[in-house]
Amino acid sequence: MAVWYSLLLVLGMSLFVYLGAGLLGLQAIFGIAIPYAAILVFLIGFTMRVLGWARSPVPFRIPTTAGQQKSLDWIKPSKIDSPYTTWGVVGRMAMEVLLFRSLFRNTKAEITEGKLAYGSNKWLWLAGILFHYTFLTIVIRHLRFFTEPVPYFVQALENIDGMLQIGSPVIYQTDVILVAALLFLLIRRLVSPQLRYISLPADYFPLFLILGIALSGIMMRYFAIFKVDLMSVKVLAMGLATFNPIVPEGIGVMFYIHLFLFSMLLAYFPFSKLMHLGGVFLSPTRNLPNDSRMVRHVNPWNAPVKVHTYEHYEDDFREKMIEADLPVEKQA
Amino acid sequence: MYNAGKIIPGLVIFLGLVTFPFWSNLGRAAFEAPELVFPETEEECVESGDWMRANHMILLDDWRDLAVRDNLRLYSSETGKRFDMSLTKTCLSSQCHANKDTFCDRCHDALAIAPHCWDCHVVPSIGEE
Repeated sequence: MAVWYSLLLVLGMSLFVYLGAGLLGLQAIFGIAIPYAAILVFLIGFTMRVLGWARSPVPFRIPTTAGQQKSLDWIKPSKIDSPYTTWGVVGRMAMEVLLFRSLFRNTKAEITEGKLAYGSNKWLWLAGILFHYTFLTIVIRHLRFFTEPVPYFVQALENIDGMLQIGSPVIYQTDVILVAALLFLLIRRLVSPQLRYISLPADYFPLFLILGIALSGIMMRYFAIFKVDLMSVKVLAMGLATFNPIVPEGIGVMFYIHLFLFSMLLAYFPFSKLMHLGGVFLSPTRNLPNDSRMVRHVNPWNAPVKVHTYEHYEDDFREKMIEADLPVEKQA
Repeated sequence: MYNAGKIIPGLVIFLGLVTFPFWSNLGRAAFEAPELVFPETEEECVESGDWMRANHMILLDDWRDLAVRDNLRLYSSETGKRFDMSLTKTCLSSQCHANKDTFCDRCHDALAIAPHCWDCHVVPSIGEE
C-alpha cells in the first residue's frame, strides 16, 4: 500500500505539471514561483530543524562504541572506534559522514542448518554510498546551468563523468550508477517481507521522487523526443540565480517535470528522513567522545538544586558545636 | 542553545554552500544566450534548424560510425538532398560553419560541453595564417 501510494504521488505530480505547464501554459508558476518557494522552504526549514536539535539537551553521554575504551596505559585504546579526544571524534565523524562506516558494519542474521549465523552484508552500504556520491556529482554538474563562465571543477567533473565517451551526448557514468543504486534500494525494501513490513511511505516516497528526477533528466538528455533546448534552460536557470527570472519560450514539458520534482524534493526535505544530511552531524551517539571516566557529563536540563554544604552548615552552628564539644573544621 | 559555537558555524557553511548559485552571481546582469554566426551564403543545413539543434550530436556520431566503420559516405536528408558525411568537408566547409569559434564553441562553452570531435578532427583554419 505504502509503495503504491508513493508511486502514485510522484506520477500524480508529474501529471499535474504536464497539465499545468504543458497544456495550460503556466510556465511562470512552474519555472519561477514554485522553485523559489521550494528553495525558501528548504533553507528556512533546514535551519529551523537544526536549530531545534541544537536546543535539545543531551542528558547522558551516549556514544556508541565499537572498540576498546581508553583505560590503563598498557591497554591499547581504540582511538577512532571509541574516541576519547576531540581529534578522535573528528576522525570518527569524518569516516561516518564520508564513508558510512557504521553501515559498513551491517550484518545479516540467518538461520543456516538450524543455527543462527551472522554474516557480513555490504550490499546496502555499497548501494547507499554509490547513490550518495553519484547524486552529489550530479548536483555539482548541474552548476553549469547556474554559473557563467562555468568553473573549471564543474567542467573537469563533466569530463571525468563522461570519460567512457559512449554515444552522443556522452553517457554519464553517474546517471547509470544512480539509477541502479536507487533501484537496488527500492527492490531491497520490496522483496524482503521484514523490510516491507517496517517500510512506510516516508521510505518509498523519496526513492520514487529521486528516481523520477533522475529518469526525467535522463529522458531529456538521451531520448530525442523529450529533448529540450539547453540554452533556454540555462537562460531560465541563470534568471533564477540572478533574481531576474524569465521564462524562455519553448522549453519542453519534461524540463518542467524535472524542475517541479526537484522543487518538491527541496520542499519536502526539511520535514523528512532526508534531514539525516544535517542530523548525522548532530548524533550524540557519534559526536560525543567516550570519556565519561575522565570528564563529568552534566545533564544540561538538570533542575537547579538548592544545596547547603557542610561548610555553610558549620558556619550556621559553629558556636553551638563548639559548646557541645563537637569537632569543627574551622575554629571561630 | 547547546554547542552553538560548533553548530552555528556548521550551519552557516552549509547554507553558504547550497546558496552558491545565488551569491556567486550577485551583481551580474541577466544571462543572455550567446549569438551565433550563421553562414552567409548557404540557406539550409543538412536537416531543418530545429532538428539540427536537438540532434546534431547524434547525426555526427552516426556519420562517424558509418564513414569510419562501414565506409558509407553519402547521406540523404529528409528533403532528399545528398551530403558528404564529413564534419570537416561538409559542416565546417568555407560556405557553412567555417569558424568553429563563433558557431560550435559559443553554445558548447556556455554549457560546459566538451565534444570529443576535436580529439581526432583538426579544426580547419581559415585565412588567418
